[in-house]
Amino acid sequence: MVLAADAAAQALRLYPGMVATQARALCAELVVHDADPEGDADALDRLALWALRLYAPVVAADPPAGLVIDASGAAHLFGGEAAMLANIVDRLAKAGFAARAAMAGTWGSAHALARFIHAPSTIVPSDRSGRAIAHLPTWALRLPDGMAEALSKMGIDTIGEIESKPRAPLALRFGPELTRRLDQAYGRTAEPIEPVEAPELIQVRHTFAEPIGAPETLARYTLKLVEALCIALEAKGLGARTLDLRFHRVDNRIEVIRIGMAKPVRNIKRLTRLLCDKLETVDPGFGVETMVLAAPMAEPLTWKPIATDLTEAATPDVADLIDTLSNRLGAGRLYRVAPAQSDVPERSVRRIDPTAAPTGESWPIHWPRPARLLPHPERIETLALLPDQPPTAFTWRGVRRRVKRADGPERIFGEWWRRDGEVDAVRDYFQLEDDAGERFWVFRRGDGEQAITGDLTWFLHGLFA
Amino acid sequence: MPIAPSPRAFEALRAAIEKIEAGGRAPKGFLPFGVEALDRHLPNGGLALGALHEVAGGGNGAIDGTASALFAAGIAARTRGQILWCITRKDLFAPSLAQAGLSADRVIYVEAGDEKAVLACFEEGLRHGGLGAVVGEVARLSMTASRRLQLSAEGSGTMGIAVRRWRRQAEAADFGQPTAANTRWRVTALPSSPLPAAGVGRPRWFVELIRCKAGECADFELEACDETGRLALPADLADRSLAAAPWQRRAAG
Repeated sequence: MVLAADAAAQALRLYPGMVATQARALCAELVVHDADPEGDADALDRLALWALRLYAPVVAADPPAGLVIDASGAAHLFGGEAAMLANIVDRLAKAGFAARAAMAGTWGSAHALARFIHAPSTIVPSDRSGRAIAHLPTWALRLPDGMAEALSKMGIDTIGEIESKPRAPLALRFGPELTRRLDQAYGRTAEPIEPVEAPELIQVRHTFAEPIGAPETLARYTLKLVEALCIALEAKGLGARTLDLRFHRVDNRIEVIRIGMAKPVRNIKRLTRLLCDKLETVDPGFGVETMVLAAPMAEPLTWKPIATDLTEAATPDVADLIDTLSNRLGAGRLYRVAPAQSDVPERSVRRIDPTAAPTGESWPIHWPRPARLLPHPERIETLALLPDQPPTAFTWRGVRRRVKRADGPERIFGEWWRRDGEVDAVRDYFQLEDDAGERFWVFRRGDGEQAITGDLTWFLHGLFA
Repeated sequence: MPIAPSPRAFEALRAAIEKIEAGGRAPKGFLPFGVEALDRHLPNGGLALGALHEVAGGGNGAIDGTASALFAAGIAARTRGQILWCITRKDLFAPSLAQAGLSADRVIYVEAGDEKAVLACFEEGLRHGGLGAVVGEVARLSMTASRRLQLSAEGSGTMGIAVRRWRRQAEAADFGQPTAANTRWRVTALPSSPLPAAGVGRPRWFVELIRCKAGECADFELEACDETGRLALPADLADRSLAAAPWQRRAAG
């Protein structure tokens, strides 16, 4: 029997459940391998460990072909939930796995959305987890074999229809499993995820005789755990790149904090500070009975010389400040910029990692560039002589300004290798100064001679100091 | 009849006050502008390093914050170490900072979501102590917030520059409210230096020192930052006293 079919197989009209001989008849060169359920499960576990290192502290395999990730407290490291899902799908695609991702308030709902919505990623707010899956077929609900067929014989095809039926007869006919799955998907019953754990993972745990809940107590034990973890890291000569702090609550739920570092770190004070910054996001509920601190991503810590040059003071390291701020705001919010190889102003700047090595590059110094560049060039009304005279007056945002002095044009050609539409495009940039001394950067589309280069409309693109 | 105190007594008194204010910490040093007319008005001949300074734009500059940002960039360019630049709006154009002497490799940008986050990052940067300067673009700056920034700057010796930038012209009246900043500046764009041919010359700014701790207010007409971050006295004013210049402009206009 055919057990799975990817896009190429589906193009040959193979589908899961098909008999192998029939598949051979459709495709003569088909090589048949025996199914290897244990191997698949192993591979899925390895994938779960990979996700644990990269994405979130609580990850579990969801056989036969899924992963479940508890993203709470981890999405900020990727700059939001949408960015995190896109990252996951993208990386899996690069590794040769076709994947769809969904995020919802419950495991059940996310499970259904990932399998039955044909979009690379879907995000549903927590309070709408139930409503979002109401129109999906009952197969999406993780029911035991045969139950979905039995439901469809009764005329029930979607999850929403089960939800709208009286529960007692359903429970009597199908047993408690149906209502349990339904409640889990709608978020009425908790469904804890048993996280996968790697044997080689460096982690320390502390179990309390009495549940703790006060923020100061949590902070104190965080420090103790960090101290223990740093000893373990030191024994292996490693520094942590990510740290997970899991709080196992008495009501069997897990609260997590994940922090990320730009470089490997083994400094007790710094790590404690980063973790304690996030403690306020943890809800201890009725109390925390176990705290587990793990370092899913650890890298060798290399020592570097403190001062190589006696005449010059060592440049202070700001990596810890970058860590603090990017854990608070999200990684994409901190950046440096570097010149990009382009003359088009909005493309001449690219963002790089704040800890990247200095590029030593700069923009040409002779062409004046405005202090503020408008996000989109704004249309202006002008009076100007063709082909290459600057405007004598212009109106921007309803204010008319007379031009006292002007400089230009600086001609910038379209980049035909990026977009077909830019093959002939030309922008002529002028620097204008009005009566009051305010300076503006404007451009005209087109060179003023050939109509193909632009339609001669004027735009204001930036403001000089 | 009151006896006029000697200048030496004044200086001794000033030194004693500075010692009390420093609270046992060694003074962090001063950053001169390199323009004699400007440095003369600042106590100790320069901007204090471990302190908060405030810059706002005049006229439309209060909203677009062009001259004020470049003025801050020019100061930051002459410090040592990396610069943290906290912004809420993404319209700052990095090539212009490079032209004001602040190379792209030295600036780390932080895009904070709102004003509160900007102030928090600003303070965090000042407390760290490893940066050359921290620049924050803020609209509102209360006495409490500025006091916090000033204290963290004093503690670490990092210079803080608050670039005040408002959404609307009416909000710019906020600049009249007192803050704990060491100096407050207002920078307004003026017509550029005249050239013998048609064209736009080196930009000029009207720089007002609105408040200066232990100093007096003053205003200057200066040429904008060059590629090393230095301001300059315009050539047509350099040989005359500043007081004579406005009169001459009036007479000419």
